[in-house]
Amino acid sequence: MTDVIDFTELSAKHTSQATKRRLRARHWAEVRLKAYGILAIGLAGAALLLLVSTIVTKTTNVVYEYTLALETKIEVSDRDMERINDPNPNIRASLRRPIQDALTDAVPGEVGRRESRQLTSLVSNDAGLFLGDIVKADPSVIGQTIAFDALLDDNLQLYLKGSMGRPDNIGGLGQLISTPGDEEGTYDLEFEWSSFGELFDAIRGQRRFDAGRARAEQRRQQNAVDVTEERILDAATDEERARLQAQLESFRARRDQAEQRADALMRLATVIGEEGLRYQLTEADVSFLIKAGETWFKVTEIERGSATAVIYAPSDETGPWAEGTWNGYLLDRPESTRLVSDRQAVWMEIFEDRGAIGQVLNTRLLNNSDSASAELAGIWGAVVGSFWTMVVTFLLAFPLGVMASIYLEEFAPKNRVTDLIEVNINNLAAVPSIVFGLLGLAIFVSGVPVHLFGYDFTIGGFLPRSSPLAGGAVLALMTLPTIIIAGRASIRAVPPSIRDAALGLGASRLQTATHHVLPLAMPGILTGSIIGMAQALGETAPLLLVGMNSFIQEPPGDPLSPGNVLPTLIYQWNSNSERLFDDKTAAAISVLLVFLIIMNALAVLLRKRFERRW
Amino acid sequence: MTDTTHETTTAKPAPMPPSVESVTVNNETKLRCKDVDVFYGSTQAIKQVSIDIQDKAVTAFIGPSGCGKSTFLRCLNRMNDTIEICNVTGTIELDGGDIYDEDVDPVQLRARVGMVFQKPNPFPKSIYENVSYGPKIHGLAGSKAELDSIVEKSLRRAALWDEVKDRLDQPGTGLSGGQQQRLCIARAVATAPEVLLMDEPCSALDPIATAQVEELIDELRQSYSVVIVTHSMQQAARVSQKTAFFHLGLMLEYDDTGKIFTAPSHEKTQQYITGRFG
Repeated sequence: MTDVIDFTELSAKHTSQATKRRLRARHWAEVRLKAYGILAIGLAGAALLLLVSTIVTKTTNVVYEYTLALETKIEVSDRDMERINDPNPNIRASLRRPIQDALTDAVPGEVGRRESRQLTSLVSNDAGLFLGDIVKADPSVIGQTIAFDALLDDNLQLYLKGSMGRPDNIGGLGQLISTPGDEEGTYDLEFEWSSFGELFDAIRGQRRFDAGRARAEQRRQQNAVDVTEERILDAATDEERARLQAQLESFRARRDQAEQRADALMRLATVIGEEGLRYQLTEADVSFLIKAGETWFKVTEIERGSATAVIYAPSDETGPWAEGTWNGYLLDRPESTRLVSDRQAVWMEIFEDRGAIGQVLNTRLLNNSDSASAELAGIWGAVVGSFWTMVVTFLLAFPLGVMASIYLEEFAPKNRVTDLIEVNINNLAAVPSIVFGLLGLAIFVSGVPVHLFGYDFTIGGFLPRSSPLAGGAVLALMTLPTIIIAGRASIRAVPPSIRDAALGLGASRLQTATHHVLPLAMPGILTGSIIGMAQALGETAPLLLVGMNSFIQEPPGDPLSPGNVLPTLIYQWNSNSERLFDDKTAAAISVLLVFLIIMNALAVLLRKRFERRW
Repeated sequence: MTDTTHETTTAKPAPMPPSVESVTVNNETKLRCKDVDVFYGSTQAIKQVSIDIQDKAVTAFIGPSGCGKSTFLRCLNRMNDTIEICNVTGTIELDGGDIYDEDVDPVQLRARVGMVFQKPNPFPKSIYENVSYGPKIHGLAGSKAELDSIVEKSLRRAALWDEVKDRLDQPGTGLSGGQQQRLCIARAVATAPEVLLMDEPCSALDPIATAQVEELIDELRQSYSVVIVTHSMQQAARVSQKTAFFHLGLMLEYDDTGKIFTAPSHEKTQQYITGRFG
């Protein structure tokens, strides 16, 4: 150590330019870090906002449900009469006939056989049952005409919420003249030729869209042709070559067909709306309706200034209609791709004008259990199922968890075995929940067959499939590590001085644990348990394995009857094809979230209230 | 035996100033320790300590930090049992019976040898529950009235009764530091022990509270054998009749307090009490 450092020189460095630069760089690094932090929080917040807003928006769609007011004359067949007179409330009569008649009366004009089906499907499948219930409750209404609010079908529910596209009023210029057409039931319409630029645009747009799809099909077939051609070159045998040749021909044919179709559609798209071209509107086109006074026309052929139409809703008027008393309505999705037909759309417009559509709070969603009909399905069964499951989980996991943690913390000798147990419990908390599901399925539900010393017997398999008991047992397995870890942490947080005090007074270790340590650790254990339970409440995967995703229409009366839980119900609804289930799924998620928020708030409250600083 | 101790506890203490005579009068041995070794794993914390602790006297353990005086104190009521790696050999006899004997229940022993800790550690329960806990678990009180009187007498003995008699149902943790320590003493006294071990009972207290607790210790001497570990030599000189000096796990000197502080026979003791090390 011959070098002698001069500290005066070192001190002088504090004021040098290099130091200032370094300082600036340090400050800048700090600013950057802060900015990243804020960015990260912002992104997380935005994601949360997006999630919540999506769920809430979808949920608001099912807060209300729509009904149709029908003047229903109650007529009851002998068979239904028997059911109505039966004292057993579970035997219900479905009075579909009076509803069918009331619907037929409610729409203008004659209703043919085909239309009649569309008319019936306006209301829910169970509307007849609800009417039957009304009659059963008060048989004196038989023979009378009563106002009955029939629940609309799920598609109509969505339609009225506007999520399927309603008829768009595109107006009408000048006078509309209607004359009976050449064919029976058709009408020739005349109007100012400059009307409906929008309609023509829409038709053109639809043609181009279809042409684009035809082009894509053409490209796919071209690709198949290319690939097949190469494979023919590589083919080993003549037979294979011949087989591939045949395939190639079919691909070529399909390609040419698609090409022709695309070309034709594009040609059509450019000429639609030109003078003198009469264009036939098919099911694959946009729908065009005209409302003149009370009469609804459905246009089948159109050109500049004139059209051919059929009547969907007749009235006494025959026209001509002056400008302002008639309007064109555009439905810009082809009827074939819609769940609500043009006729149903017209009827809904008429009902709405009449004020027959009612909007009521959707209590069904909370009070009903699962149903195959989207408009009837509710979450009550799943809520009850979740309740039983949670009760079972708590009763199993909490005492076991508390006992395990108190033993491990207060009594167990500290050696390799307890270390191993500790490591394994911590690892258990990280095991994917579906693994617990498999374990539960094998042990609790199915049982493990064992062949030993010539004896065949089964281990486990004592819990009924789909029951909250089986589900709760599986979730208890999953929650146990969480409770043990939280329990041990809060037991460890009790200061040793309390144990010393109790032991010094001559309390035994058990007395020390139960009189002093456990009461002090309990708020922490409870907090951990509630969080573990909240986790279990939102768990889906293990419950799918023990069959808690069955279709169950009644809430389970006890933990042994089959049931499902909220998360599995959400899973089932989400995979359902009926679109109203989409919104109902969001509603069920909202309910689940509310429960989770309540549980977490409880945990926070408990922690705040009983938190003790030593 | 429980009955006789019960009598002594509940008897009103006669205030008597400490004097040389009282030391010489009560010279029967309460605790006899012989060749005590304490190991923490492979480390030896106490080496071959032999000491006779007298009844109805205050014995002070002094010595620099880490010399093993607290460890030795904790041997006297087997509190070291709670530390797994701790191993005690040698014999410690309470009234002639080996406390490390197999058929001695440490739970019962700790009822006879009470302990007060360095930091006041009342249970986070009411003052009443703090004091009544010991008598309850040992079944000392036959009725609620008896329990009430035990609590009152214990609190009186700890000179705390007048301060807390109106708020017995309030948490013991709400008291001041000095009051908490006296509550802990009352709690220890309530189980009617024969020996009272105090591990630096005043180190967390201010001078006024310290003076109160010291006065209390002096009064407790009338009924118990008190063993106190302290860092303060003044305190040892003020409250004790006998003093033991510990150094590096060895007990270097044990004699009358007056003698230790005026004419120590060991050089280290001399250096320690004059403040040259420690």
